[in-house]
Amino acid sequence: MQVPAHFGYDRATSIDHALRLLARHGDQARVIAGGHSLIPMMKLRLAEPEALIDINGIDELRGITVSGDELLIGALTRHADLLSSAVVGEHFPVLHDAERVIADPVVRNFGTVGGSLCQADPSEDLSAAFVALGATGVIRGAAGSRTVPLREFHLGPYETAVAPDELLVEVRVPIRPGGSSAYTKVERRAGDWAVAAAGAAVWLGPDGAITDAGIGLAAVGAEHFTAPEAEEFLRGRAGDDAALVEAGKIAAQHCDPQADQRGPADYKRHLAGELTTRALRRAVARASGQEA
Amino acid sequence: MTTIEERPAGDGAHGFGRIHRKEDPRFIRGQGNFVDDVQLPGMLHGAILRSPFAHARIVSIDTSAAEAHPRVRAVITGATLETLSLAWMPTLSNDVQAVLATDKVRYQGQEVAFVVADDRYAARDALELIDVDYEPLDPVVDARTAMDEGAPVVRDDIEGKTDNHIFDWEAGDRAATDAVFTEADVVVTEDMLYPRVHPAPMETCGTVASMDKVTGKLTVWSTTQAPHAHRTLYALVAGLPEHQIRIISPDIGGGFGNKVGIYPGYVLAVVGSIVTGKPVKWVEDRSENLMSTSFARDYHMRGEIAATRDGKILGVRVRVLADHGAFNGTAQPTKFPAGFFHVFTGSYDLQAAHCEVTGVYTNKAPGGVAYACSFRITEAVYLIERMVDVLAYELEMDQAELRMKNLLRPEQFPYTCATGWEYDSGDYPATLSLAMDMAGYQELREEQRAKRERGELMGIGISFFTEAVGAGPRKHMDILGLGMADGAELRIHPTGKAVLRLSVQTQGQGHETTFAQIVAQELGIPTADVEVVHGDTDQTPFGLGTYGSRSTPVSGAAAAMVTRKVRDRAKIVAAAMLEVDPSDLEWGHGTWGVRGDPKNAKTIAEIAMAAHSNLELPEGVEGHLDATCVYNPPNLTFPFGAYICVVDVDPATGEVDVRRFIAVDDCGVRINPMIVEGQVHGGLAEGIGMALMQGIAFDEDGNCLGASFMDYLVPTALECPSWELGETVTPSPHHPFGAKGIGESATVGSPAAVVNAVMDALKPLGVRHADMPLTPAQVWRAAQGRPLRTDLAIS
Ligand SMILES: Cc1cc2nc3c(=O)[nH]c(=O)nc-3n(C[C@H](O)[C@H](O)[C@H](O)COP(=O)(O)OP(=O)(O)OC[C@H]3O[C@@H](n4cnc5c(N)ncnc54)[C@H](O)[C@@H]3O)c2cc1C
Repeated sequence: MQVPAHFGYDRATSIDHALRLLARHGDQARVIAGGHSLIPMMKLRLAEPEALIDINGIDELRGITVSGDELLIGALTRHADLLSSAVVGEHFPVLHDAERVIADPVVRNFGTVGGSLCQADPSEDLSAAFVALGATGVIRGAAGSRTVPLREFHLGPYETAVAPDELLVEVRVPIRPGGSSAYTKVERRAGDWAVAAAGAAVWLGPDGAITDAGIGLAAVGAEHFTAPEAEEFLRGRAGDDAALVEAGKIAAQHCDPQADQRGPADYKRHLAGELTTRALRRAVARASGQEA
Repeated sequence: MTTIEERPAGDGAHGFGRIHRKEDPRFIRGQGNFVDDVQLPGMLHGAILRSPFAHARIVSIDTSAAEAHPRVRAVITGATLETLSLAWMPTLSNDVQAVLATDKVRYQGQEVAFVVADDRYAARDALELIDVDYEPLDPVVDARTAMDEGAPVVRDDIEGKTDNHIFDWEAGDRAATDAVFTEADVVVTEDMLYPRVHPAPMETCGTVASMDKVTGKLTVWSTTQAPHAHRTLYALVAGLPEHQIRIISPDIGGGFGNKVGIYPGYVLAVVGSIVTGKPVKWVEDRSENLMSTSFARDYHMRGEIAATRDGKILGVRVRVLADHGAFNGTAQPTKFPAGFFHVFTGSYDLQAAHCEVTGVYTNKAPGGVAYACSFRITEAVYLIERMVDVLAYELEMDQAELRMKNLLRPEQFPYTCATGWEYDSGDYPATLSLAMDMAGYQELREEQRAKRERGELMGIGISFFTEAVGAGPRKHMDILGLGMADGAELRIHPTGKAVLRLSVQTQGQGHETTFAQIVAQELGIPTADVEVVHGDTDQTPFGLGTYGSRSTPVSGAAAAMVTRKVRDRAKIVAAAMLEVDPSDLEWGHGTWGVRGDPKNAKTIAEIAMAAHSNLELPEGVEGHLDATCVYNPPNLTFPFGAYICVVDVDPATGEVDVRRFIAVDDCGVRINPMIVEGQVHGGLAEGIGMALMQGIAFDEDGNCLGASFMDYLVPTALECPSWELGETVTPSPHHPFGAKGIGESATVGSPAAVVNAVMDALKPLGVRHADMPLTPAQVWRAAQGRPLRTDLAIS
């Protein structure tokens, strides 16, 4: 049995309480949400925090609501809640596509949206999905709230814009008409992290042309999980297959995959293109009402 | 030879048949008792410090800070063990292995120091306080370069050792094989790697050792598939008197060969208990299990197959480079350093065959035969079944037709193959035909043709395997000099309830049910009335343990034979009760009765009571019905089967979807068909794992890249289709009731079917072979003609 090093434990009852606890412990404390990334790291002693601040009792961090033209997702929302939410499925099928291939039901029952984003694993799926949707993170610290577009949220592998004394409290996703989205992933086995994955969101004009597109890539070394060159290429273009294939090629060119036991770099780069195109096809088909 | 009685298919309640497993209620309720459940008063906990390097000289070890930890009771190093002559222990292949490294570390994860502390946390904390100064050395990672001039020498502890060579071994007739190859119309060669895989049982390995200083008795609760062999080894290694050692193998959460050998951690728990005078528990974690315990396979094979142009296979030649890791710890019969690999002639009628195997040391974890392989038959079956497909590819012949043309015919049994094995019985064409009918083989080929025209990749893979299981006979087979025969004891209580004591230990195979059914079948008493006792050397007769699918062929036979002895004794008692001559009695499945007078009969329960009463018995008959026996099998048994796998491959991503899997097994007579099917299901899942996702690669520094379940993948239900099972029954003529053993058939037979299916799918792209695991990346690269080497880090 793997056992962690000694640590202290505090259960926060509100956001402010959590922030006070964080301030007290300094950068030796870690917030624990679902614990499905943090606890394995502690058991392997890759992380040895002096204190855990448990945010699972904070109800204000939980929940999925529509407010104006935004969908608000609390940081403590579980993967399983995102997956079972009808309103999420209605507006953002990419999130349901992604949730179906994130980990397994056991992990999804406890792992959270905020924990996933803050863990900032380069292969993390929700980051790619939210980036495609142009989502924003709401971060709270002692000084108050600030918002950071998810495209600026990830500073590098396992590094985010959330400071040690701050909390990610919410993710906001703009609801814009005329669009749809999709997610595709290649994994070696169900529940495995992505070999490569791509999320796409498209918005179509009345003529069927692409007015805007968002692309998110996981596990292929894409800066901020995005493919801005491919998005730019698509804007204003007819959503025909040739354009989607070309967009995939552009996305593949601009990422920087690293070889590991999931596959060599050339294969992952190829997948980045292939999966981008597949996600785009699906998103276009959905946006134009040809596919659920 | 015993004849096979004709028996109606039973309901299981009084013998053979489909009943729920006796062991399941406690497992379902979470009331199993595994090694880690053992709690003893005053028990301490051990943890092992392991090497971060694959190859390094140990300059110094400073344990002072760890010893100063307030909850640490002992810190043991190789130097401590040297003073007890326990720094090295024998392996199952007559090599030695370091219990704790003294001179060098030879693989990543090797044991360097052992801490005993009040609890697990303190033990683990103290590991971080041990300061080891290593001087890194170049490692031998690629087995193909292990014998190169100037390669680092892994085993410089062996006097005079200047290279990494372990053994050369050959089987078959080289000259006859060469002659067949010279004459043949067609010769095809293929290089293939059966990569290193790991058994990965759900329960990792562990031991609780308790040395009672007053009585001198050592009790060891241990994850072992072979408790008796372990006891003898502890006696020989540690010099402890064997009658003072008790090995208890409680519930075991999966073995698959992983728990055949003795690991340093087991010995360290014992030493820890001797040193501290307290019971010591050591249970390894998942990474330790994957990094340091017995792996399987790691065979680099070059196969050559010779045939006529119309597809008559004439001969097979194989050259193997076997990577045995840093210590030759392979568990297999002494005579056979490559296990039973030479059964690679498979299910076909060959004129000649020959193999050469060279074993080498590398800087990797030791082990060798583990993971449901029947002593390397997995490698053999994979080799021959891939070669047959490679031949079909070159001859442009249908893979089923080619097999049908070459399968042994029923009238050829008993059949002695070109490398000397005597196959006991079989009707191979009938089994393959059944599998093809179940699959709808011709329709599948039609579907494939249509799909290929549309550019879609669909593959149909066949594997026809012959297993050789149930080692002994003891004349030919031993492990470290211990012959592979098994004892059995059957006690019949006065009320007719039975207790069967066996040497084999179950790790999920359902022995408590199956063996009770054997006694019930032979004695005609309710299965529920038979208690099976196993896994405790103080309570059971000697035997070599559960692996190589040997429990039913050997201990199952012992159970039947000891029950027949009881039945014979019961006959004498019944004759006395009925006041007739024993020769006037006939057996009526549970009763001895007077021939021609069925009313005049006595049940086993009545006879048992009488046997314990003051009934007068004939001269020389002492009373009671209890009996013991030792079963030494006259030959191995040869289960076989035909497997067909259907896959769809996504050409753009390389993803493989196993759509169907048809498995027709012939394991002779089935005791509990439900348990047999369970064994097949599990083995097929393992086959999917090996074929598609499992492999332990090492990077250039010798780092193990399969040291967690994130890296070493076990298949889930989502990768497994709904298995379609079939059966044929060809009893073994030499087994007391015709059973053959099923534990490993599916693991042995299925990887080749999956790989053959994927290769069949890729055939339009000109792909003939790619090595396992066929991950999406490997399939995509194979489709491009650039397959990966799966034993090395992907770069
Ligand atoms: C077996 C397995 C398979 C997995 N497969 C996948 C997969 O396929 N795809 C995928 O994307 N993910 C996968 N995951 C990751 C899983 O989705 C994440 O582990 C999990 O969702 C992280 O969320 P958590 O709530 O468990 O985070 P925790 O483990 O609790 O926290 C993770 C990190 O985030 C910080 N944190 C958490 N919440 C906040 C907050 N609100 N504000 C600031 N910091 C915070 C913590 O301090 C910690 O550093 C897998 C995990 C496992 C165990």
